[in-house]
Amino acid sequence: MADYKEIVSKYKDIPGGLIEAYHALQKEYNYIPEEAIEVAAQVFGIPKAKAYGVASFYSYFKIGKRGQYIIRMCESAPCHVAGADQVLKTLESCLGIKAGETTADGKFTLELTECVGQCQATPVITINSKPYGDLYPEKISAILGECK
Amino acid sequence: MAEEMRILMRNYGKIDPLNIDDYLNAGGYKSLEKARSMSQKDLIEEVRKSGLRGRGGAGFNTGMKWNFSYSAVADQKYVICNADEGEPGTYKDRLIMENDPQSVLEGMAICGYAIGSNQGYIYCRGEYPYVVEILNTAIQQAKEKGVLGDFNIEVRMGAGAYVCGEESALIESIEGHRGEPRFKPPFPPVIGLWGKPTIVNNVETFANIPVILEKGADWYAGIGSKSYPGTKLMTLTGDIVKRTFIEVPTDITIRQLIYDFGGGIPEGKKFKAVQIGGTSGGFIPETLLDTLIDFDSMAAIGATLGSGAVFVMDETRDIVDVTNRITKFFEHESCGKCSPCREGTKRMHEIVDKINNGLGSATDLDLLGRLGTVMSKACLCGLGQAAPSPVLTTLQHFRSEYSNKL
Repeated sequence: MADYKEIVSKYKDIPGGLIEAYHALQKEYNYIPEEAIEVAAQVFGIPKAKAYGVASFYSYFKIGKRGQYIIRMCESAPCHVAGADQVLKTLESCLGIKAGETTADGKFTLELTECVGQCQATPVITINSKPYGDLYPEKISAILGECK
Repeated sequence: MAEEMRILMRNYGKIDPLNIDDYLNAGGYKSLEKARSMSQKDLIEEVRKSGLRGRGGAGFNTGMKWNFSYSAVADQKYVICNADEGEPGTYKDRLIMENDPQSVLEGMAICGYAIGSNQGYIYCRGEYPYVVEILNTAIQQAKEKGVLGDFNIEVRMGAGAYVCGEESALIESIEGHRGEPRFKPPFPPVIGLWGKPTIVNNVETFANIPVILEKGADWYAGIGSKSYPGTKLMTLTGDIVKRTFIEVPTDITIRQLIYDFGGGIPEGKKFKAVQIGGTSGGFIPETLLDTLIDFDSMAAIGATLGSGAVFVMDETRDIVDVTNRITKFFEHESCGKCSPCREGTKRMHEIVDKINNGLGSATDLDLLGRLGTVMSKACLCGLGQAAPSPVLTTLQHFRSEYSNKL
């Protein structure tokens, strides 16, 4: 709990700092721990419901534990017609999980996302926000292999 | 053949975006100096006269917008750069920020002087953390050089909410709230961030400002279409030979865009449809390809220029399936504040999904048309108002594709 408070408090005096605080938490943990939202509510002097409402509004924020590597598959229309479904199926079978799940060893979380703005290279995934483009199923295992 | 015209991207590949000296050597910040030698009124008049219209999608005259904030009396005013580029198929703002970040800062500082603001924010989407780093480096260098004077700029990160591209939702988000649009009026130029007059302009709009000051309003007004002058940065995606970006004057046709600049459709296939302006744009059939791309010409055919995304589909594409994907997007991105959008996007996806799975009936098509019309009129913000556009335009131009699935 002490760590959460230390991170969140840095943004206390910045106007509108709550979202910045959540970014900082997610940078540290890869997700926003549920208890950290209670801490944020205390630090910013707002109701817990409001703190939770802000965190849950934004799809880039995830409340609750995620893996070490967050893989996000873009499913917006340009990626969709470029073969995103096949890439997603390959990711699911390589990792043995479905979109929205985390591998048992806590290494990978697979998520769906809307456009990540790398449409010159559809279909696209991001791994911890780094984009990988022009994908096809055969490329996937090498990319996953880079995640040590 | 029409040619590309690089005004916004004039420094592309020629300067090191992480070295402000390169920008200064290319004439950077001379426009800000010039602006500060003018009266605020003359400066705003110059921008108005250039005819520059907002590049974020609404297409409002930039100088007129600035004048609202200039005329408002307040102890504090704000300048916000909307870099929450979330429109699928669009990455032009990222290109500008990655390749010439100082041009955006300079445009913001000119706006700050014009309206009487000393504080700017860049609201950059959370999916671009690498762009945030570039912007912070650029701001740091500009501060060290002292070129911004007393104008301060901070970067705030969005967090994956498409609706935050709407200016009042964006303002809510900077204030640390859920990014839900406000009721308007009052409009942000009068009552915006923390209740103060606030100009929200898109990245591309700000990047146009320094060159307008440098070369003059008349020069700019003479480029491209009269009613929407200048160039537009477009991104080509989907079934097109050159999946790339181009910067073109606004008086070219959609056909030139796809065939002259984009190289046409790959593998000798035939064209079926193009959706321009992002995922909320209308679908355009072959018969309308000779339409000019400028804002008003596009509006006249029920389409948009929007963000400048150009999503091409060849003859093999299933229009209903693509539209289904798009309706899912809007169901996901609706913020839920107003019921026509919250319920409408959900039901719209439900009905299109049903048809796509072969379970629809003829009454569903009528229902879709009615729902879309209600949403376009009754939704609170641009998201909900534009969300039915792909459905309504595909029903209009590609109705047989729906009928074939009933």
